[in-house]
Amino acid sequence: MFDIARYDEARSVDEAVALLAANPQARLIAGGTDVLIRIREGKQPEAHLVGIRHIAALTRIERKDDGTLFIGAAATFSRIASDPLIRQCLPVLAEAVDTVGGPQIRRVATIGGNVCNGATSADSASTLFALDAILQIQGPKGIRLTPIHQFYRGPGKVNLGPAEVLTAIVIAPESYEGYGGHYIKYAMRKAMDIATLGCSVNCKVAGGNILADVRLAFGVAAPTPIRCPEAEGVVKGKPFSLELVESFGNAAAAEINPRTSWRASREFRLHLAKELSKQALVKAFQQAGGLIHGD
Amino acid sequence: MATKRIDCTVNGQKHSLEVGVGESLLEVLRNRLHLTGTKKGCGVGECGACTVLVDGEAIDSCLFLAVWADGKAIRTIEGEAKEGQLTKVQKAFVEEGAVQCGFCTPGFVMSVTALTEKGCHCDREGLKKELSGHMCRCTGYHNIINAAEKAMREK
Repeated sequence: MFDIARYDEARSVDEAVALLAANPQARLIAGGTDVLIRIREGKQPEAHLVGIRHIAALTRIERKDDGTLFIGAAATFSRIASDPLIRQCLPVLAEAVDTVGGPQIRRVATIGGNVCNGATSADSASTLFALDAILQIQGPKGIRLTPIHQFYRGPGKVNLGPAEVLTAIVIAPESYEGYGGHYIKYAMRKAMDIATLGCSVNCKVAGGNILADVRLAFGVAAPTPIRCPEAEGVVKGKPFSLELVESFGNAAAAEINPRTSWRASREFRLHLAKELSKQALVKAFQQAGGLIHGD
Repeated sequence: MATKRIDCTVNGQKHSLEVGVGESLLEVLRNRLHLTGTKKGCGVGECGACTVLVDGEAIDSCLFLAVWADGKAIRTIEGEAKEGQLTKVQKAFVEEGAVQCGFCTPGFVMSVTALTEKGCHCDREGLKKELSGHMCRCTGYHNIINAAEKAMREK
């Protein structure tokens, strides 16, 4: 039995916002795979919940005429991983969300919940950082858009005001068209584990081997997921070479400030950051159509 | 605790139940409907012993609120064998010796059932991934994967 004092099922986003506004104590629940565990641990006694899992508009995945992708916040990981549009346009996101928990969890857990929990280890988050994702948030004052890197405020803290609901994750065409990406989750086990470090790279290639754009993001390298603009700057605009990949790894490790936790030491995470960023860049470069000498 | 009325079918039978908003589907199945084939293991979605099908999808019933079952079709291990006839998945588990203490078995059977009904044709590695949300501390997985492979082969 979960310690839930009140549960209201919202049938629309407007209704969810109204329910939250009417009861400041209420918290949102979508898939519930994190919220229910928190309640079970006694961290949210006598919880008041507003359920948003049955709002059809929040589970849609669509591409607008201008190429902008909208991923409903209540789309489940298994839905995203198998969605033809995501597999075609954002295969790196399909890969990343397919590493969350286990299959039963992925059928219930949602991408919006993953982001709103504010965990640095969220498997979708580093890839969404590397994709320059924009979050569409609806609240009492209407709809606002915020870049994902401005959304995270600290461990478990996100920029979501009273009665606000994350409704969609928006990826602009210029953020993904022509890009190749790769996500590496380093964990002790292949399933049911939290990342020791997560690394996501998106890359655009010009003229066969010029790294026209590179975006690097990590999870568990800081209190929130982070981008590494300095490491990106080291390689951007340059022709691909293994020496350049090496400098990229070194710059990435120099730019992050991971901590020691029971999962891994700071030193091990720095080592991982260097190696994973190199591997992810090579894979992303190939995904983007880049040719490695000797291929 | 607040309650809500839900209407759902469990193993093909219609039920109208007044459930507490804090009750999990697992608790309602075991404590109200006395369907104790579905096991309570970890309670946090890690062991898979509580796996049931909701509209054909294998989920952890320990992390699924009973109120969410409104309007859904639930399947548990009790509904699988009909008139004493095991399903092909259950037969495969028996024939491959994939059952030992039996605690994990109902969950595994439900996951494999969903896979076969979806027409999944994964290889051994794919099966390992599909079944990674389950724990078995007795058979050592090998026989379970064999059983899943066998069930998938048999039409």
